[in-house]
Amino acid sequence: MGEQACACEEKYKEIEEAIGEYKGDRSALIPLLQKTQRLFGYVPRAVQVKIAEELGIPLTDVYGTVTFYSFFSLKPKGKYNIQCCNGTACYVRGAPKVIERFEKELGIKAGDTTDDGKYSLQVVRCLGACGLSPTIMVNQDTHARMKPDKVPEVLKKYV
Amino acid sequence: MALVTLTIDGKKVEIEEGATVLEAARKAGIDIPTLCFLEDINEIGACRMCVVEVKGTKALQAACVYPVSNGLEVHTNTPLVRASRRLTLELLLSNHPYECPTCIRNLNCELQALAEKLGIREVRVPGIREEFKVDDSTPSIVRDPNKCILCRRCVAVCEQIQGIKAVAPMNRGFKSVVTTAFQQPMADVSCVLCGQCTLVCPVGALYEHDDIDKVWKALADPDKHVIVQTAPATRVTVGEMFGMEPGTISTGKMVAALRRLGFNPVFDTDFAADLTILEEGSELIERLEHGGKLPLITSCSPGWIKFIEHFYPDLLDHLSTCKSPQQMFGAIAKTYYAQKVGVDPSKIVVVSIMPCTAKKFECRRPEMNSSGFQDVDYVLTTREFGRMVKQAGIDWNSLPEEEYDDPLGVSTGAGAIFGATGGVMEAALRTAYELVTGKTLERLDYNEVRGLEGIKEATVDFDGLQVKVAVAHTLSNARKILDRVKAGEVNYHFIEIMACPGGCLGGGGQPIPTNTEIRKKRMAAIYEVDKNMPLRKSHENPAVKMLYEEFLGKPLSHKSHELLHTHYTPRPKY
Ligand code: SF4
Ligand code: SF4
Ligand code: SF4
Ligand code: FES
Repeated sequence: MGEQACACEEKYKEIEEAIGEYKGDRSALIPLLQKTQRLFGYVPRAVQVKIAEELGIPLTDVYGTVTFYSFFSLKPKGKYNIQCCNGTACYVRGAPKVIERFEKELGIKAGDTTDDGKYSLQVVRCLGACGLSPTIMVNQDTHARMKPDKVPEVLKKYV
Repeated sequence: MALVTLTIDGKKVEIEEGATVLEAARKAGIDIPTLCFLEDINEIGACRMCVVEVKGTKALQAACVYPVSNGLEVHTNTPLVRASRRLTLELLLSNHPYECPTCIRNLNCELQALAEKLGIREVRVPGIREEFKVDDSTPSIVRDPNKCILCRRCVAVCEQIQGIKAVAPMNRGFKSVVTTAFQQPMADVSCVLCGQCTLVCPVGALYEHDDIDKVWKALADPDKHVIVQTAPATRVTVGEMFGMEPGTISTGKMVAALRRLGFNPVFDTDFAADLTILEEGSELIERLEHGGKLPLITSCSPGWIKFIEHFYPDLLDHLSTCKSPQQMFGAIAKTYYAQKVGVDPSKIVVVSIMPCTAKKFECRRPEMNSSGFQDVDYVLTTREFGRMVKQAGIDWNSLPEEEYDDPLGVSTGAGAIFGATGGVMEAALRTAYELVTGKTLERLDYNEVRGLEGIKEATVDFDGLQVKVAVAHTLSNARKILDRVKAGEVNYHFIEIMACPGGCLGGGGQPIPTNTEIRKKRMAAIYEVDKNMPLRKSHENPAVKMLYEEFLGKPLSHKSHELLHTHYTPRPKY
């Protein structure tokens, strides 16, 4: 679920070595999580367990920290990363309704990734395309003048 | 320590330096409402229920964390204070489900009581509510985050007292929730089901899994022979469910209430506690004499057992193989007792009244069926038993004092003290001394192992043989002892460990509130029960002697091993 077998044994090795250097040292929690986030683009569950074990702290402390700071994410970005602009121009012209529709269609909240790992939904400040508002981007493609009803159509293009 | 003088609402109060305004106010008889505050455990100033005005400071201050100082001038009942407390409470209520009439904490809920005290008649803030799933995945504890007010008392208890922190605050802002890592069901994490969190939760967000209806059903079934056992620590606490003073001994009333509920016969776990001592005492002697694994560690407390299985699986062979008294009782009830009265064991239903939520888990462990059936069918906590009595419309105060039935209701003072930290050790020493030395023990009270100190140690002289023992209660203290054992820093022969503070008398299934003050009173009552018993050594229990003569043979016999001993299962830490 979500966490596909990673083609990244290298990364695991690297992070395990880093964790190993901080055995029993609680204060290493945040730096290690930051390193993990940079390395993987998210903080895999297996790494969280490893950190808890090696630092000798409860798993709730690790998971609590990961969910407290927005810098960390629990799931890898989906195959399609949907960024919905909610800057002033987009907001005034109905971006919240568009976001809501995406949430409904995908069954996830903004900031999350679908369980099949296909779509991530993000709300961003400004995509710099205010003339075309409300604007969204799916990976590198821009979709302008979005309306809630156009959401299913857009999603159909990315399967 | 130096004294400081301050004034609260115009009243002069003298108190030691380092105290808080809340303590000073309580000393002066001034009531400041609190919610997140839990003495010595959770003093984090989070809920802001206890705010007061302190002259010279701009903002209102949380009395539970504000330190006293000389000349401090505090006001606890000003318009600003009242308005602030009101708003705090209204905010809490704004996203709280109004389910009081059907809530397990109805009439014993701190949130509800505060709303009444502050006279909240309307909530002016619109609430946004997240819906959470109720977690009923374990046989012991239910977690309903919908009612959680994020006071963190459970987190503090689980972390500081039990050294586990199975639950903690996750996310931030409106999405904050107290839950497990990865929001897993409680059954899938290393929670030991001790229930200490249910004792401190101010509301109905953490509570015991309720088995009352199953017991009513069994009692109503004419095909069933429903018998009951009562744990040592329940007789000194159950009265609190009916407004009696903590420390009241209610053995006779409890027996009478159980008969009126329809249990017949009414037996006593104290009997099985005596039996445990014969088995465990013999196991200790055997390990001492034949170079077995030492230290031997007691195995009566199921929260402790689950703890060592999760966190110290490499030390499992130190555990006594004895089942807990509750489980020994079940196995004997469905074999020996069944034969004796000629009842088909498949028709016997064994119910336990226990101070403990972890006992609900214990009785469902797959290995606890040596009679050929599940040895103990249902466990009710002291709280559930109290509720059952109320449901039946029984008037507690007018109940007479009645006696337990024979033979599994016969017990000694040694069985009774199993309910307090140090009690299993003391009971074991009373018997082991006489078995080893062949002499009569003159002084029965082992005061060195009594009391609320976290870790107690003693060296006991068995006629030249120096036996080193230690006693720990709470799992954070268990951790300390185990780490020392692992590091080879100590050479104890025998260790008693109980999961809950104070032992079973402070168990997670006991009446709410349970705090240090109340624990002390219950403890005094337990030793009073012991003192008043005609027999105070387990090996003198005539019913236990008869059980060995008629059925088991001798301690550690083949049959004993089959019925009264068990094995353990390593479990993952996370
Ligand atoms: S937790 Fe308290 S306030 Fe909330 S529903 Fe239950 S009794 Fe009522
Ligand atoms: S039952 Fe015990 S171990 Fe489990 S969460 Fe509550 S306090 Fe912690
Ligand atoms: S579950 Fe109970 S004790 Fe724990 S934070 Fe919520 S209200 Fe407080
Ligand atoms: S009781 Fe003082 S802040 Fe909660």
